[in-house]
Amino acid sequence: MHPAPSVIVFTVLSGIGFGFLAFVAAGLLPVSGWGAFFVWGLGYGLAVVGLGASTFHLGNPQRALLAFTQWRSSWLSREAWASVVTLLVLAPMALSDWLGLGLPRGIGWLGAGLCLLTVAATSMIYAQIRAVPRWNLWTTPLLFLAFALTGGALLAGREVLAPLLCLGLAAALITTFLLGDQQFVRRGANLGTATGLDRIGAASVFELPHTGGNYLMHEMIHVVGRKHAMKLRVIAVICGAVLPAALVLLPGHLGIAFAVLVHLAGAFAARWLFFAEAEHVVGLYYGARG
Amino acid sequence: MTMLPATTEKKLGLVIDLDTCVGCHACVTACKGWNDQGYGVPLSDQNPYGADPSGTFLNRVHSYQVQPVDAAPQTINFPRSCLHCDDAPCVTVCPTGASYKRAEDGIVLVNEDACIGCGLCAWACPYGAREMDAAAGVMKKCTLCVDRIYNENLPEEDREPACVRTCPTGARHFGDLNDAESAVSRLVAARGGYDLMPEMGTRPTNKYLPPRKKDRPDQASLLAPLLDIKATGFAGWLDRMLGKI
Repeated sequence: MHPAPSVIVFTVLSGIGFGFLAFVAAGLLPVSGWGAFFVWGLGYGLAVVGLGASTFHLGNPQRALLAFTQWRSSWLSREAWASVVTLLVLAPMALSDWLGLGLPRGIGWLGAGLCLLTVAATSMIYAQIRAVPRWNLWTTPLLFLAFALTGGALLAGREVLAPLLCLGLAAALITTFLLGDQQFVRRGANLGTATGLDRIGAASVFELPHTGGNYLMHEMIHVVGRKHAMKLRVIAVICGAVLPAALVLLPGHLGIAFAVLVHLAGAFAARWLFFAEAEHVVGLYYGARG
Repeated sequence: MTMLPATTEKKLGLVIDLDTCVGCHACVTACKGWNDQGYGVPLSDQNPYGADPSGTFLNRVHSYQVQPVDAAPQTINFPRSCLHCDDAPCVTVCPTGASYKRAEDGIVLVNEDACIGCGLCAWACPYGAREMDAAAGVMKKCTLCVDRIYNENLPEEDREPACVRTCPTGARHFGDLNDAESAVSRLVAARGGYDLMPEMGTRPTNKYLPPRKKDRPDQASLLAPLLDIKATGFAGWLDRMLGKI
């Protein structure tokens, strides 16, 4: 699949944003006054910038509000609702922390749960697609949630929880890579089933339908960068999970800043791979595996 | 809207005969021609006369080679377009309700006025049936020529999809696959019409008819046994000698 920058920025930033908001909302990063203003502002900022980036992926963004209409069937629509409802539910908690209104923390816990639901809904946009076997697996929601929680814990500077979540993220990444590699074959689609010609023999591509490129080939038969996949996997695990686990233990805010920046670099590498490595079954018609 | 109808009254679709298709691409051209001026925005081209032309098409004809176990390889021309699936994954993923399947005839359509161009439906389709129009930013797909098949301004023989109307070999058939007595249903039954990628669980309406069994050289002629010529005379002697070395 084509790794569109807008979608990578959307999923990475909204993921860490909602993950961080979950920690702040649950009271795991006790803040008050202007400190609260900036901490909540950072969470809202990451989430909103991420959500905003997604509109750059649209051909007609002026109609984006219509995406709220089909929540009964569409995960993209559910994600839109979940993100907006979450940000609205968290608003009183943020104001309460900033202005010292003393509202019950229960609102924050509800909001924290909604944050995780939002991330889960984002992951389901991809996990639901049967035509991309690598995504169509329980590891996709697991990976998105692991990134959100780890990024959130790192930003919140949780010195015990963050390294533990980093280990969990490393495990989630490796599981996703290993199981994902088998998914295409396990799904059972090949040129024989795609054309039905397996009935008479072994099929291979004789000639493409056109000499130029097209939308399908550009969007779904992306092959650039796969040769570096192994290196990027290592970068994703080391930068996304291993290094931040150590960096977050450094004293002061500098350690947190380093940990988060290195983690984000790993998260972007991992999310780029998430798209670039995913093979769409339509590639079969073009003689590619995707 | 993007909930799929439980059942549809009719199941209009295509039956494509891989035995008779000669790969002339007339259906591709007819489809592009009609849909340049029919339903929704025209199918645009990018850089059509330049070094790197591309464009939006709703129907593309691939060519494959098939190697049977015990016979000569065959070339199969393979038109690929929307299959108007019963369980169309492109419809349910749509966040805006632009994608829908009609309860009356099962045609899967895009309401372009509601399409935000997110591309998720194209990702959800295993068959590559949907292409985003690069000029208009909305999703295009086969409409089964919904603006022809019910169009009373056209002569009756033209009230079928442009690809079917134009096919010079009669490799494309249009009809109601819900009606067991329709010509297309009988064709599917007689020729063993099949679904593409059944493992995707999409339950396509369109069916493909497999190539017929080809004649084998030894069955091709009553005279075939006589063609098994044995060398005689000097050539026969040479054949036997060389065989012994």
